[in-house]
Amino acid sequence: MKKKGIYVVGALLLIGLFAPLFQKSTAPGFYLEVLLGGLMAGVLYSLVALGFVLIFKASGVFNFAQGAMVLFAALAMARLAEWLPKWIGIPAGWPATTLAFILATGIMILLAMVIERIVLRPLVNQEGVALLMATLGVTYFLDGFGQTIWGSDIYKIDLGISKDPLMAFEGVFQGGILLNREDILAAVIATALVAGLAVFFQKTATGRALRAVADDHQAAQSIGIPLNKIWVIVWAVAGFVALVAGMVWGAKLGVQFSLSQLALKALPVVILGGFTSIPGAIIGGLIIGVGEKMAEVFLGPVLIKAFDLAGGGIENWFAYMLALLFLMVRPEGLFGEKHIDRV
Amino acid sequence: MFYRENGQFKSSYKDDQQILGIFQDKIFIFGLIAFALFVVPLFATDYAYRAVLIPVLILVIATIGLNILVGYCGQISLGHAAFMAVGAYAAYNIVVRLPMLNFLLVLVLAGLVTAVVGMIFGLPSLQIKGLYLGVATLAAQFFVDWVFARVKWFTNYSPSGSVSPAVVEIFGWKVASPVDKYIFVLLIVIVFTLIAKNLVRGHIGRSWMAMRDMDVAAEVIGIRPVYAKLSAFAVSSFYAGVAGALWGFVHLGSWEPAAFSINQSLNMLFMIIIGGLGSILGCYIGAAFIVILPIFLNQVLPVVGGAVGLKIDTAFVSHLEFMIFGALIVFFLIKEPHGIARMWAIGKEKLRLWPFPH
Amino acid sequence: MANLNRKIGDVVLKVEGISLSFGGVKALQNISFDVREHEIRAIIGPNGAGKSSMLNCINGVYHPQEGEITYKGIKRHDVDTHEAAVNGIARTFQNLALFKGMSVLDNIMTGRNLKMKTGIFAQAFHLGPARAEEMKHREYVEKVIDFLEIQPYRKTPVGRLPYGLQKRVDLGRALAMEPTLLLLDEPMAGMNMEEKQDMCRFVMDVNDEFGTTIVLIEHDMGVVMDISDRVVVLDYGKKIGDGNPNEVRANPDVIKAYLGVSH
Repeated sequence: MKKKGIYVVGALLLIGLFAPLFQKSTAPGFYLEVLLGGLMAGVLYSLVALGFVLIFKASGVFNFAQGAMVLFAALAMARLAEWLPKWIGIPAGWPATTLAFILATGIMILLAMVIERIVLRPLVNQEGVALLMATLGVTYFLDGFGQTIWGSDIYKIDLGISKDPLMAFEGVFQGGILLNREDILAAVIATALVAGLAVFFQKTATGRALRAVADDHQAAQSIGIPLNKIWVIVWAVAGFVALVAGMVWGAKLGVQFSLSQLALKALPVVILGGFTSIPGAIIGGLIIGVGEKMAEVFLGPVLIKAFDLAGGGIENWFAYMLALLFLMVRPEGLFGEKHIDRV
Repeated sequence: MFYRENGQFKSSYKDDQQILGIFQDKIFIFGLIAFALFVVPLFATDYAYRAVLIPVLILVIATIGLNILVGYCGQISLGHAAFMAVGAYAAYNIVVRLPMLNFLLVLVLAGLVTAVVGMIFGLPSLQIKGLYLGVATLAAQFFVDWVFARVKWFTNYSPSGSVSPAVVEIFGWKVASPVDKYIFVLLIVIVFTLIAKNLVRGHIGRSWMAMRDMDVAAEVIGIRPVYAKLSAFAVSSFYAGVAGALWGFVHLGSWEPAAFSINQSLNMLFMIIIGGLGSILGCYIGAAFIVILPIFLNQVLPVVGGAVGLKIDTAFVSHLEFMIFGALIVFFLIKEPHGIARMWAIGKEKLRLWPFPH
Repeated sequence: MANLNRKIGDVVLKVEGISLSFGGVKALQNISFDVREHEIRAIIGPNGAGKSSMLNCINGVYHPQEGEITYKGIKRHDVDTHEAAVNGIARTFQNLALFKGMSVLDNIMTGRNLKMKTGIFAQAFHLGPARAEEMKHREYVEKVIDFLEIQPYRKTPVGRLPYGLQKRVDLGRALAMEPTLLLLDEPMAGMNMEEKQDMCRFVMDVNDEFGTTIVLIEHDMGVVMDISDRVVVLDYGKKIGDGNPNEVRANPDVIKAYLGVSH
């Protein structure tokens, strides 16, 4: 039953994907807009999920604090960009933003070292649940700490992208399709990041070491790979990924507390994609992003009518229900590794 | 130790089985209950009831439920507040549609409804464990949030989306004043604690702990994992449902789905981690701690800040709360995963020997 | 030699053509043997021979790809763990699968879980039937505790006990199930001489007093020779010997396997 289950779920998803096209009321241009909007949102989710996967791959820890890290990194960058001109006279705009980015990266590396030392090392022998709770604790701490240092208003990150939307395909579809420039930038950045990570893992010695640790901690240790250092590196990379994600999200939505809740959205992404797969994080993110938008825009009205609901909000749980389905038919995700429990 | 515990031998299994085996313990606990019932109302303020005593007591019920699931049976639940919501809305709907029923019966029925819902959402635990199960419970949390916000039937088509049930009345006693509410909740808490203690020392409790400690061995002995896990979900949800109904009816008076959000779920998780997993006493400690800490910080910090010349605003206090919570969680997980309850047990052992070192 | 006072009965467990593999690794290949009622049957062989896997197949923890297991006349291709427990098969584990969070008493009480039937409501309010049942089973468990001589430790969390005592608790938990077939996986591993003698005595007493059929995996040849009625020898997943201890000891294949002549 399990094997067939995934095909059933896949079929359902495909039907859901194309069903709106058969509705008379759906203009093809609008459909494409929603689809592209979903893909863009999916890219953003993938960026956050990437951080999860990196840490899980190398240390088996599920980092609940990834969302908080995104927020912390974004706050750092936003505020530093604001403050640097006042502190050292660097001109606002590109120079300040770039320097802020570099400094924020440094801060995230420092954060990684602190977390590894204080939280991970003492808990290294405990089971996954304890580590999960610990990262939950880190989340709360970072949320409070970040807002204390950087402030708790909404801040801007200015990447120099104009907020005017792009109209594309005006000839093909009536009125053209509305595209968001920031979303396009996000997609480009995400692709660059994934490519960069792929190169890092495949071609560099450190990357190889990381993969070794991900496969088997003890074997890696026995050939002299320093576990602690590796974990610092992994968390630092994840921190960098969090910074990129925060920067992109923050440019689009403004840097605010709700960014931290992204962690909750990214969980279903890794369930779908597999906890240890980078391509899985991307694909999972895209599926969730598209699925959510489609469900909200097209399935929502149907449900509202059928059940006399007081409004939509399907987005709030769609991702999770999809993850639950996947857990029942394919818990290791689309690209993850299977677990075998031995006595 | 405060009193000498030795010299009290048990000569029958029945005696050995008691929850309170030592005579002085019996006196202490009954004394405590008497104190809570008769002395506290003499000098507690309305604010104390509303802000501390009533929420702590109700949360004790909820956290006992969560501890049974997480601490005793070893499952994960990140959506316990959703089950509280189910209980609250179930009780509301019963009261609205069947107003003649005694409220105690309503509570039990609400609990049973929640138990059934809990078992349904507990079904994934038969296939998945650990983090994956956590995701499933999160799905429950978000889905339930949405259902009560959108499906109008549950709020009796209230235009604002929030519900306000009438004041609870039992056998002519209107549970309206803070003292009334306090006594009412206290009595329920005592009964539910007793039930929990009984379950935990019975064969069902042992089956839960066996599943937690080594599920393969448990199966080999003949414990059915399905029964053990689903019964844990059922009992845990029953407690959550009753707590939720009490939370809505007695503590809040009127509520909307946001009252049972994921923050509440995570709060309760913190309560049992800090209080002590697998310990009923831990639930009391954890609930009291998490409820009192913010209040304490709110009162103390501005004063301390003023003394050193720092202006401390409420936003900062709330951020500091988060930081302290987070730090405490990490601290307890590293130093004493079994929480304050274990620290207390160890402390007691040391006190027994005092002044000898060992 | 084994105690000859017992009457060894008919075949109660038959294992036929069992083959088990994990991916490409063949743990067991076409194993067949039988066990008679009331006897003590030893399974021996070098490390990695598949002995634990065989035990796991008998009580349903592993599911062999081929072969059948007949117990008390019921033939099964796939043994269900719960059914096995209900039918009276109990076991101990090589790595001590004790419930670390519970005391000795509670660990052994879990062995009685199958027999405890009172519902959740009766337990919740500690009503008469629940209370009486708890006492009744407590009595039996105390007998087991007496038998294994671990009375002073009954309230101690098992995690705190030394290894030898933990092994006894493991045995106690299995005994609490009142099994007709007891599978012991290296019950004397890691014990010193004294502990081994105690354990031997327990095993033989169980067999003697309760008539329990025993299948035991053991490395210590002295023990095997002394207490078992018949022996099965496994090597690399294949059966290379089957018979009474003296026959097996003289078997050239067995000698080769232990002395490590290349295959």
